[in-house]
Amino acid sequence: MAVTSGKAARPGFKETNRVIVPGQSYGEIDDRVLTPVLVGVEKTPLWWWIGFGISGALLVMYLVSIVKLITTGIGIFGNNIPVAWGMPIVNFVWWIGIGHAGTLISAALLLFRQPWRTTVNRFAEAMTIFAVVCAGLYPILHLGRPWVFYWLVPYPNTFGLFPQFRSPLDWDLFAIGTYFTISLVFWFIGLIPDLATLRDNAPTKFQRLLYGVLSLGWTGSTRAWQRYQRAYLLLAALSFPLVLSVHSTIAMDFAVAQLPGWNNTIMPPYFVAGAVFAGFAMVLILAVPLRKALKLEHLITMRHLDNSAKLMLATGMIVVYGYFIEIFIAWYSGVEAERYMIWNRMFGDHALFFWALILCNFVAIQPLWFRRVRQSPWVLFFISIIVSIGMWLERFVIFIVSLTKDFLLSSWGDYVSTFWDWSLFIGSLGLFGTLFFLFIRLLPTIATAETKETAFHDREHGSDAFEKIRMDYYHAEETA
Amino acid sequence: MSSVALGRKAEPLYALVAQFDSVEAIRQAAERTRQAGYTRTDAYTPFPVEGLDEDLGLRPTNLGWVVLVVGLLAGLGGFFMQWWAATSYYPINVGGRPLNSWPNWIIIMYEITILSAGLTAGIGMILRNGLPRPYNSIFNTPGFEQASRDKFFLAIEATDPRFDLDQTRAFLEALGPERVSEVEP
Repeated sequence: MAVTSGKAARPGFKETNRVIVPGQSYGEIDDRVLTPVLVGVEKTPLWWWIGFGISGALLVMYLVSIVKLITTGIGIFGNNIPVAWGMPIVNFVWWIGIGHAGTLISAALLLFRQPWRTTVNRFAEAMTIFAVVCAGLYPILHLGRPWVFYWLVPYPNTFGLFPQFRSPLDWDLFAIGTYFTISLVFWFIGLIPDLATLRDNAPTKFQRLLYGVLSLGWTGSTRAWQRYQRAYLLLAALSFPLVLSVHSTIAMDFAVAQLPGWNNTIMPPYFVAGAVFAGFAMVLILAVPLRKALKLEHLITMRHLDNSAKLMLATGMIVVYGYFIEIFIAWYSGVEAERYMIWNRMFGDHALFFWALILCNFVAIQPLWFRRVRQSPWVLFFISIIVSIGMWLERFVIFIVSLTKDFLLSSWGDYVSTFWDWSLFIGSLGLFGTLFFLFIRLLPTIATAETKETAFHDREHGSDAFEKIRMDYYHAEETA
Repeated sequence: MSSVALGRKAEPLYALVAQFDSVEAIRQAAERTRQAGYTRTDAYTPFPVEGLDEDLGLRPTNLGWVVLVVGLLAGLGGFFMQWWAATSYYPINVGGRPLNSWPNWIIIMYEITILSAGLTAGIGMILRNGLPRPYNSIFNTPGFEQASRDKFFLAIEATDPRFDLDQTRAFLEALGPERVSEVEP
C-alpha cells in the first residue's frame, strides 16, 4: 500500500446520512484507516503530540497520587464517618458507566443487526476497556491495603479462608473482572484481521514484525473466517447481558444497604440507563474530534452521530424518569427518613449539586429532539461534555449527599473533598487519555474488515442496488 | 521426461493458488472447484464472504456446542464452589440465617459462566484455527499481502487426491483468475 497523502475527505466533501459514503473501494477504506497508523514517527501530527503530552503529564500526577496513597493511607482522601464512601466510589461508578456504551455498540447492536455499528465499534470498545481500567483501579486503591486485593479471589490458601460470597464487594470483583476480560477478548478478536492487514501493508521491518506477531499468523482463510464469525457472534451474545448486569451489580452495592437514597428497587435499571447515557456522551466526545482529526468523515458519518444522540436522549429520559420515581417513592413510602433525604437533596447543603445535575442531565439534552441539533457535530460535543459532568454530579448526589444525613441526627456529618481526591480523579483522566492516544496512533480506529463487508453489502444490497434490480425487473416486464 | 509423463507430481509444491478480483469471482470459482471434486482447498479473503464456506463444501463449525458445554459446567462449578465454601468449608452464621443462602450466589455463578464461555469462544477460535502460527506456506504466494486488502485467493493443495499440476493449473486458468501461482511449502 502506498502510504501517501492523509487527505481522505475530498475537497467539497458533503456530509451523508448513509452508514458509509457509497462507492468506496476496499483499498480506499484501508488507506483511510491505516495511513495514520503506518506513517513514520516524524509524520505524527502535532495535535497528537499535544494531546499525548497533556495526558501523559496527568498520568504522572495519577502515579504520584497513587504513591502518596500507598505510602500514607486512605486518610489523604476526604472520606470519613459518616461519608465512608467518598469521591473514589463516585469516580469508580462514573468510569464504569462510561464503558457501557462500547459494549452496547459492539454486542447489542451486532445482535440487532444494526449496520451503523461497524465503523464505530472499534474505538467504542477501546473506550470501554480503558474506562474499565480506570474504574477497576479505584476500588483496589480504596481498599486501604491495595496489595492484598487478590484476597477477594477464591483460591486455596494457607489461611484456610474463603471470600464472603454474600458480599456485594465480592460481586463487584467478579462483575468487573469478567467485564474487563470479555471486553478485552472481544476487542482483540475483532482486531486480528486488521492487524493482519497492517502486517501486510507495513512499510518498515519493525512494524511488520510487531503487527505480524500480534496478528498471530492470520491468513483470512475461509475455514478461519467461519470459526471467527461464530466466535464473534457468541462473544456478542455473551457480552450483551453484561451491558445490563455489570451496572446492576454495582447498583446493588447501594441498593442492598438500608440507607435512605440507596435502598431502592429502581437502582439497577436506573443505573444501567445512566451508564449507557454517560457512555454515549463519551462516544460522542471522542467521535466528533476523531473523525475530523483522522479525516474519517467517509466512514463515521452523520448517521452515527445522529443515532448516538438519539440513544443518548432515550437513555437520558429514562434516567430523568428515575429521578422522578426516586422523589415519588420517597413521598409514597411514608418513611420520614426517606422524605427528609429528598428534601435534603433538593434544598439542603448540597442543593446546588442537585439542581446542576437536573440542568445537565434533563434540560441540556432537550435540544436533541431536533434533527438539526443531532446533525451538528460540535453542538453534540458540547452537550456530551455537559452530560458527562451531569452524570458525575448524579453519582455525587446519590452516594455522598445521602451519606451525610441518614437516620440519626447524632450521626450526621459533612463531606469535604481533598486535593488528593481531585488529583487522583484528574490523573485518571490522564490514564484514559494516554491509553486512548496510544490506541489511535498504533491500532486501526475502525474495523476495516467489517467495514469492507459493509461496503460490499452496501453496493450489492443497498438502496441503489435495489433500485437497479427494480428497474431491470420493470423493463423486463415491459418488454415481455 | 518421465516425470512429465507421470504428471510432474514429484516436485515439492504446497499448492496452486489462483487470484481473483471480486467476491462474485471467488464464489463462482469455489463452487466449480467443489463440483470438480477437489477437497483439500481453501479460499483466502480480506473479509468474511457469506456463503463461501458452503461453496467450498465446508462443514459448519461446532464451536457453539463446545462453548455451551463449558459455560454450563463452569456455571455449575461456580455455584457449588460457593455452596461448599458457605455451608461446609467456611460457614459464617449471620444472625441465624440459613447457610445455604443460594440467591446471594447467583451473580457470581452468572459471571463465572460468562467468563468461561467467553474465554472458550475466543481462545477456542484461535487455537482451532491453528493460531498462533508464524510460518504458513500460503504466505509464499506472490501478491498474497493483498489477501488482507482487496484480492481473493483460491488454493488447491498439492496433497489433494485429484491434484495434477498441469490439469489443475488448466482448470484454475479456466476460472478466469488474474493469475495462477505455484506455491512452495
